[in-house]
Amino acid sequence: MALIQLSEPGQSLAPHQHKLAAGIDLGTTNSLVATVRSGQAETLPDEQGRHLLPSVVRYQQGRIEVGHEALSAATTDPLNTIASVKRLMGRSVEDIKTLGDRLPYEFQQQDAAVPRIHTAGGDVSPIEVSAEILKVLAARAEASLGGELNGVVITVPAYFDDAQRQATKDAARLAGLNVLRLLNEPTAAAVAYGLDRNQEGIHAIYDLGGGTFDISILRLNQGVFEVLSTGGDSALGGDDFDRLVAGWIMQQAGIEDDAGHAMLRRLMRDACAAKEALTDAEAARLDIGLEDGSRWQGELDRATFDQLVEPLIRKTLAPCRRALRDAGLSASEVEDVVMVGGSTRIPRVREMVGEFFGAPPLVDIDPDKVVAVGAAIQADILVGNKPEDEMLLLDVNPLSLGIETMGGLVEKIIPRNTTIPVARAQEFTTFKDGQTAMAVHVLQGERELVTDCRSLARFELRNIPAMVAGAAHILVTFEVDADGLLHVTAKEQSSGVEASVEVKPSYGLTDSEIEDMLRSSIANAQEDMDARRLREQQVEAKRVIEALASALAADGEQLLTKEEQVPIKKAFQQLVALSESDDHEAIKQAVEALEKSCEFYVERRMNANVRKAMAGQKVEDFND
Amino acid sequence: MLDFSKNYFELFGLPVGFEVDGGRLADRYRDLQRAVHPDRYANAGGQEKRLSMQAATHLNDALNTLKKPLLRAQYLLELKGVDMSADGGNITDGNFLMEQMALREELAGIKEQPDPYDAIVGLMNRIKSHIQSLLREISVQFEDDTPQALEQAKESVSKLQFLYRLSAQVEELEEELDEAL
Repeated sequence: MALIQLSEPGQSLAPHQHKLAAGIDLGTTNSLVATVRSGQAETLPDEQGRHLLPSVVRYQQGRIEVGHEALSAATTDPLNTIASVKRLMGRSVEDIKTLGDRLPYEFQQQDAAVPRIHTAGGDVSPIEVSAEILKVLAARAEASLGGELNGVVITVPAYFDDAQRQATKDAARLAGLNVLRLLNEPTAAAVAYGLDRNQEGIHAIYDLGGGTFDISILRLNQGVFEVLSTGGDSALGGDDFDRLVAGWIMQQAGIEDDAGHAMLRRLMRDACAAKEALTDAEAARLDIGLEDGSRWQGELDRATFDQLVEPLIRKTLAPCRRALRDAGLSASEVEDVVMVGGSTRIPRVREMVGEFFGAPPLVDIDPDKVVAVGAAIQADILVGNKPEDEMLLLDVNPLSLGIETMGGLVEKIIPRNTTIPVARAQEFTTFKDGQTAMAVHVLQGERELVTDCRSLARFELRNIPAMVAGAAHILVTFEVDADGLLHVTAKEQSSGVEASVEVKPSYGLTDSEIEDMLRSSIANAQEDMDARRLREQQVEAKRVIEALASALAADGEQLLTKEEQVPIKKAFQQLVALSESDDHEAIKQAVEALEKSCEFYVERRMNANVRKAMAGQKVEDFND
Repeated sequence: MLDFSKNYFELFGLPVGFEVDGGRLADRYRDLQRAVHPDRYANAGGQEKRLSMQAATHLNDALNTLKKPLLRAQYLLELKGVDMSADGGNITDGNFLMEQMALREELAGIKEQPDPYDAIVGLMNRIKSHIQSLLREISVQFEDDTPQALEQAKESVSKLQFLYRLSAQVEELEEELDEAL
């Protein structure tokens, strides 16, 4: 079969060209990037061979440090060194106050919902801080893969609400990354172990990190991953184990509680080293320099250590029990437990968790890397490197979405655990004669009272024609996309007069805010805004050209007549000719023109796909 | 693109009727979702992405409707041109109403029971068996497919709604008891 020749000489249009994709685990303490190479998913190290990138950013005048360098400055320059920024994502200044942590940062609260931290390098939002981390990881991936990334999958905790997801996506956008999908961390861990290949089953994901503990119960049912319940303790992690061991050393060595700061820091470090040694060894040697210059030497054996930390491990089992109850399951129904987070290396943790669930925990993949590995596998599929792969991850929205009604109550519009993408509409009406406006308050959460749920957005529908109370038909539509992001529209429809408003959650960023941030971050890097726009348009043009070329090569001849190919070909050549020019407006227009000329072709392609999916069954005759 | 003019049964290649082969529905759903889901178009142009999102949403909606017996019955009545909203919710069956009153009284008295959780399990089981027999009735009525049978189906669907509401209230009570623990 002859393919239509659309490429300029020298332009590669191989339909199954390998695309570059990466999975990013954007963590509270550390972040990682992984990619699939020769069929193997692996995390990528930096030039010094380190895989973990501390999620720490330090702002100085005209200079930004990310990772190890920033971490080592955390104690000497705390105000300008931002750590654990993940806790601040999608949060307002008000929210942050109630987080309980005493944060050392100076918050600027002039305008909006997005808090800004004052640093020597200017005021920065958590989104910008996260973007810096993402940029470093993306650069690492690009250096190692030898090209520009076509797309990334970024993981988020399953309990992340809409605002936190939106903030994460905004950070990626700010870092210039194409987000293929936001993926729940426990789902990513399950994918890393290939659990999605099974037919069905219940899986527990036990994630004990440096400072937080999360448990998620997932159900896999015919290719659909459902998060049944999540739970945890936001202030329990590996650091608590170190503290216990340090306390034991102090007791043994006769170190007083009022020992100096430097002494305590050293003790914590030694305690952590002993803990890590005990993962493989039966005993750890201790050699501690005391404040009076003498030394204390001793040994911590496995049995003593186990006894020491057992109460902490038991503390993690309470949320496990609660999560099971929420899911309406018993521990014996759980098929396996995936271990995530460095602290799950502790042998006693594995034992006790295994006993609790009555199943040996899955530990073959490095628990620090398992989430990034799963994200990389998913990114590889989404970017189109495995067209024959049948796997499909269908996510659910973790929390119910609703709207405020009379009396401060919440009416749920999309209940939790609904498979996404989803759109649901509900009709409301006016309650006063002549009412011309209605406030729409969008909420997320399981409780009945507005005050117990999280407020995502507020907006007003105006210009409702004056009518008697109850005569207006206001249709409020909630749409959640495959990333779990929400769009809300309200429309008055009884009178033919329509008004609609689309909102983004109030903690997300508007396009103009993003533009401002890009502008200022680029001012730092001494780049030009136009150059940036041009670059973006060129990348977009390249993407459209590649997508169309491989589509045409695959089925252009079957789905299009010779006459129909003419205008598409023309628009295509137009874009190819312009794609390397330096006029971003012209490229944009050419992209739009090409998309317009292909509209019917795109529809036919999807039809053909649907037909293929339904092949082999004769009940229906599918027409275009 | 999915053909939005098709009814949900046709969409999944299933015969139009109240009895649905759950396994076949799930299989068809997955096949179609594989063809249209946004993850399949993560790297495509904006227009293709919009189409895919629309189609995937439509599929989820269709699945949700056919999976849940109450939604399926209501949808089927709509397809058959029976208007639920006209005098919807009218139940003329006196026995049914008496039973409902008894069940509601039982619900109201649960908190005073020596073992409320035990009482909840008992009540829930009774509601479930009511629902089961109603579903069998509805199935027969749709099978008959005469105007008379469909009128009866309409009343059965109202009853079903009633029972689902009641079971939701029992669940709420259980949560309330959990929280008080």
